[in-house]
Amino acid sequence: MNNILLSVDKLNAKIQNTEILKNFSLEIGENEIHVIMGPNGSGKSTFSKILAGHPSYEIISGQISFDNKDLFDLSPENRSHAGIFLAFQYPVEIAGVTNFDFLRIAYNEKQKYEKKEELDPLEFMEITQGFLKKLKMKPEFLNRNLNEGFSGGEKKRNEILQMLLLNPKLVILDEIDSGLDIDALKIICEGIVKNLSTKASLVVITHYPRILTYLKPTHIHIMMDGKIIKTGNQELIDILETKGYEAFNQ
Amino acid sequence: MDEIKKQTNFEINQVISQPYKYGFKTEIEREIFPVGINENIIRLISEKKKEPQFLLEYRLKAYKKWIQMKTPEWANLDINSINYQDITYYSVPKKKEKLNSLSEVDPEILKTFEKLGISLDEQKKLSNVAIDAVFDSVSIATTFKEKLGKSGVIFCSISEAVEEYPELVKKFLGSVVSAGDNFFASLNSAVFSDGSFCYVPKNVICPLELSTYFRINDKDAGQFERTLIIAEKNSTVNYLEGCTAPQYSQNQLHAAIVELIAFENAKIKYSTVQNWYSGDEKGIGGIYNFVTKRGLCIGQNSNISWTQVETGSSITWKYPSCILLGNGSSGEFYSVALTNYYQQADTGTKMIHLGKQTKSKIISKGISCGSSKNAYRGLVKIGSNAAYSRNFSQCDSFLLGSSSTASTYPYLDIWHSTAIVEHEATVSKISEEQLFYLLQRGINTEQAISLMISGFCKDVFTMLPMEFASEADKLLALKLEGTVG
Repeated sequence: MNNILLSVDKLNAKIQNTEILKNFSLEIGENEIHVIMGPNGSGKSTFSKILAGHPSYEIISGQISFDNKDLFDLSPENRSHAGIFLAFQYPVEIAGVTNFDFLRIAYNEKQKYEKKEELDPLEFMEITQGFLKKLKMKPEFLNRNLNEGFSGGEKKRNEILQMLLLNPKLVILDEIDSGLDIDALKIICEGIVKNLSTKASLVVITHYPRILTYLKPTHIHIMMDGKIIKTGNQELIDILETKGYEAFNQ
Repeated sequence: MDEIKKQTNFEINQVISQPYKYGFKTEIEREIFPVGINENIIRLISEKKKEPQFLLEYRLKAYKKWIQMKTPEWANLDINSINYQDITYYSVPKKKEKLNSLSEVDPEILKTFEKLGISLDEQKKLSNVAIDAVFDSVSIATTFKEKLGKSGVIFCSISEAVEEYPELVKKFLGSVVSAGDNFFASLNSAVFSDGSFCYVPKNVICPLELSTYFRINDKDAGQFERTLIIAEKNSTVNYLEGCTAPQYSQNQLHAAIVELIAFENAKIKYSTVQNWYSGDEKGIGGIYNFVTKRGLCIGQNSNISWTQVETGSSITWKYPSCILLGNGSSGEFYSVALTNYYQQADTGTKMIHLGKQTKSKIISKGISCGSSKNAYRGLVKIGSNAAYSRNFSQCDSFLLGSSSTASTYPYLDIWHSTAIVEHEATVSKISEEQLFYLLQRGINTEQAISLMISGFCKDVFTMLPMEFASEADKLLALKLEGTVG
C-alpha cells in the first residue's frame, strides 16, 4: 500500500435533520485513482462537500485525517491550501469578477500559504498560458467574468484549469463528466492525468463508466445509503452494467 | 443550520465592520465665530472674507428664504432634529493674513493631509493632479496653480476667486442651484465659507486632473463649501473630490453645493470619493451629508458625468443631477453607495431632458450591510421639447447580512412621445454557494466578499479617473477589510 493520504473513519454526517453519511469509511493512498459510483441520493456529493468543508453539513461523529492532519481542524480555505481540490459539479457564476483576477488571487493565496513569492499579473499570465494550451482554451477566456455565460464544457475546463494552477494533492471530481461531449471529456481527462503531481490522488464521483476509459482507476467503490458497501475493480463495473445497483442491494 | 447561518452572518459582519482610519483630530489654534446663525453672523462671515457687496446681498437673500423653509422630509431617512443654533458656521485655523508658500501653512495641518495620504508638497505628490485642500471652513492650499495658469485654467479657492475674478463669480454663482433651491442649498448659500473654483477657457483641455480634498476637523463646526466649475466651449475638465472627518460622538453637518456649467461641446467629469466619518457601530455620531450637486449642460452636445463612491457619513442625502438644456447634450450618473451599521443613504440623481436628442445614463450600485438603509431615488424627466431623447437606468442593490434594507424609487416624468426610457433593477445577495466556491479555492471570507463587492461595482469603478479607481477599490476594501483570517 502506498503512503496514506486520506483516511475517513466511521463518518456520520447530516444536513438539517437528515442523516446522509452513515459509518462512512474510506482510505486513499498517494498516486491512486478511486471511483465512487452509486445511485442518486446515496451521499456521494455530500461526501465531497464535507471534505471541502461546506458549512451546511454537520459532523455527528467520526474522523478524517488528510496528509497527517486532522481535517476538522482546518477551515475551508486552509483545506484548499493543504491540497484538497474539489472540481464542482455546478461551478457558480460571480458577476463582475474576471476569471483572470479570480485565478490570480487564488494562486497567490496558495503561494502566500506556502511562504512563496506572489506573482504579478505578467508573471502569472506566463504560467497560465501553458495550462490554457494543454486544455485547448483560448486566452480570451481569462477576460470573461468567472463562469458567467460559460457553456457546460467551458465551466468544467475552467475547473481543471484551476486544478492545474493550484497543484493539489487530492482532487475530487464531482460528476466532471456530466454535460460533456466525448472530445471535451478526453481533453479534460488527459489534462488531469498528465499534469497532476506524481503523488496526487483522484476521487472520481460519477454515474457513467465512460470516464473510466480515460482515467484508469485503482479502486472502484459502490456507495449506497451513506456508506461504501463494496470495493473492488473493473469487475464491479461489469456487474453494474448488466444488473444495475440492484445487484449490490442485499 | 441556523447556527451555521448565524456564523456566516457573524463572519460577514466582522468583515464589513472595520474601524474608521481617518478618525483622528488635529489640535490647532482656530479662529471661530460664536455658535448659531443670524444676520449678524452672515455679515460677519462676509466682512471677514472682505467680500463685495453683491455676495453679502446674495447671502442675506438666501438666509431670508432659508428661515421660512422646513427640513425636507420626503426622503427615506430618519434624521434627528438638528439645532441650527448649536452649530459653528465659521472655523478657520489661525494664520497669517496671506499665505505665500506652503512653508507658512501650519505644519499640523500639512501633517494632517500627509496622514490622509494627500501630499500638498508639489515635489512629492502625484504629478498629474492639482489639489485644493479645504480644512474646516477655508482652503489651505492649492497646488500646481502656475502650471494650470499657463494653459489659462483658473483653479483656486472660491474665496480667492471672489477676490480675483469677481465678475465670473457674480455671473455664475447660484446660476444652477439658486439661493432658494432647497433647505440645505439655501443654508449653504447664506453661510458658505469656502470651496473650490475652476474655470476652463474655450478650446482648452485641462492638462491636469483637478481635485479638492475636504477635511472637517472642528467638533462643532459645520462645513458649508461651494464648488463652481465652468467649462467654456470645446473645453474638457476632470475633477475629483475626497472627504474625511475625525471621529466625534455628535453629528456634524456638511451641507455643500456643487454647480457645474458646460458650454457647447464641453465635457465635465466630476468624481467623488466620500468617506466622511459614518458614526460608530451603534450609530452614534457621524456626518450629516446633505449636498446639492447639479450640472447644467447649457451648450449643444455638452456632457456632464457624475461618478460617486459614497462610503461614509451617518446620513447621505444627495442627488447629483444634470439639466440637459443644449440640444444633443448628455448626462451620466455612476454611483456606488455602501452603508453599514446604522448608516442611511438616500441618493440618486435627476436627469432633466429639455433639449432635443438629449441622452442620459444612470448606473447605481447600492450595498447595504448591518442595520443600514440604502435607497436609490432618481428622476428622469423628458420635457415637452425634448424630442428623440433617451435614458437608460440600471439600479442594482446588494444586501450583506439580513437586517439591512435596500429600496429603489425611480420617478419618470415623460412629456414627449418620441422618448425612449429604460429602467432595470436587481437585488442580490452573496449566496452561501458562491462563498463556498471561493473558500474552496483558498480565498478567505474577507477577500471573497471584497472580491464579489468589487465585481458588483465594476461598471462604476471603471468610470473613475485612473488615478482614483484603485483608490476607490482600496477604500471599499478597507471598509470591508476584516478581522477574520
